[in-house]
Parts: sequence; structure tokens; C-alpha cells
Amino acid sequence: MVSLNHFLILSGVLFSIGTAGVFLRRNLITVLLSIEVMLNAVNLTFVAVGRYLGTVDGQIITFFVMTVAAAEAAIGLALVITLFRHRETLNPDAYTALKW
Amino acid sequence: MEAVAFYIFAAIAVVASLLVVGQRNPMYSVMLLIASFGALAGLYVLLDAPFTAVTQIIIYAGAIMVLFLFVVMLLNVEREDSATSVATMVGPTGMKLGAGLSVLLAIEVVWALSRLGESHFGHDAETVNISSVARIGQALFTQHAFAFEATSILILVAMVGAVVLARRER
Repeated sequence: MVSLNHFLILSGVLFSIGTAGVFLRRNLITVLLSIEVMLNAVNLTFVAVGRYLGTVDGQIITFFVMTVAAAEAAIGLALVITLFRHRETLNPDAYTALKW
Repeated sequence: MEAVAFYIFAAIAVVASLLVVGQRNPMYSVMLLIASFGALAGLYVLLDAPFTAVTQIIIYAGAIMVLFLFVVMLLNVEREDSATSVATMVGPTGMKLGAGLSVLLAIEVVWALSRLGESHFGHDAETVNISSVARIGQALFTQHAFAFEATSILILVAMVGAVVLARRER
């Protein structure tokens, strides 16, 4: 029997995988993809808890998270393209102009 | 039956997400993330949320991932240059610290959640209510109407911002 705990543990594991990706990868596009993994883990929590409580609010919040993720992807990828034009690399360590 | 489907979808989601992080080629990462989103859509169907499952496929796999694929192809960077830059700037200690922190996060979350008592899903008439698109739409356009309108402005701002950012200076 699948219970709420199974879904919560699964989304915890997915969120940790996304966090590991943000920490470990040295590629701006993969970092953005890891953020998407984390957003999806949170979405799964919202839908599972909404199902547990018997309300549609979880699904509605998921809908808003998806819209914000779309906006974030558009802005983030535009920034990646602009940065790539300046340095010809996607390594986040290459952008140190503001560092002293 | 439900448990078998849950474990299959969960395994696909976890393995695909791990490969997204482990993959060197961003092209394969995007493809594997689409597989992971498909598995999550299956989980949403198991949770009586078919509307969310469909939006997951259409918006995430259909729109956002295509945007990522487009940028990956546009920039045409095959592999990340790992050896030189990582050693000079962050150093392997920083990466080890990051890996340790995320493993710690996973252990902590699983540990905390396993201490909960089992919370089983209800099987009443309310289940049918949750999966109805009519009820979602009603709540979205009455209770959450302001947030809905605010997201439309957010999308407009994001669109204008993306155009302004990616435009070439002349």
C-alpha cells in the first residue's frame, strides 16, 4: 500500500539530487536543469499533500510553480546566452568580474 | 498494482534525475530530464491529479525543455571543461563539501520522514472531487484569481526581459 510517506521520501530524494547537481556541476545549463529537478520535487510534495488533505489547493500551487519555472527558465537561459557571448564558456567559475 | 506502478515510476524518476546530474553532455541531460518528468506525470496520475499530469507533460516537457534544448543547440558547447577551471577556482575541496552537504540533506530528509507514522490516503468521495478539472478551475478563477492575474504579468515581464537580455547590442 502506497502512503503519503512514500511520496514525501521520493520527493526528498529528488530534491537532494537537484541540490547535488547545483553544487557539483560546472555547467550553467546543467545547474538550471538541476533547479528544475528541485522544483519538480517540491511540486510532487504539493500534489501528494493536497491529495492527502482532499483539497485542490496542492494542484493549484503546482500550477503556479510551473508558471514561475517557465518564467525562470526564459530569463535564466537569456542570461546564459548573454554570458556566453562575453566569455565563450558556460563554466560559472569563469565569471569573476565582480569578485575581488 | 498501485504499489508496483509507484515503484516503477519512482525508480525511473530517481535514476533519470541522477543521470541528469551525472551526464557530461547537456543534450543527454535535457533528454533524461524529459524522461524524469514523464515518470512524475505518471505519479501525478496515481495521486488522482490528471490535470497536473497533463500540464506537466505539456508545459514542462513540451515548452520548457524545448527552450533548454534550443539553447543547448544554439550555444553548441559539447562538454564542460572540467580539469583546468575547477582545480584553479573552487578546488576539489569545495566540490567534496558540496557533495557531502547534499548527501547530508538526503539522509536528514529521509530520516525525518521515516519517523512519521504512516499516513494513508483517504478513499472517499472527495477523491473524485480532487481530480475534477471543473473544481480546479473554479478555485483558480475565484479564490486565486488575483494570483492568476499576477502570473500573467510575471510571464509578460519574463518575456520582455528575455528579449531585452538576449538582444545583441548595436
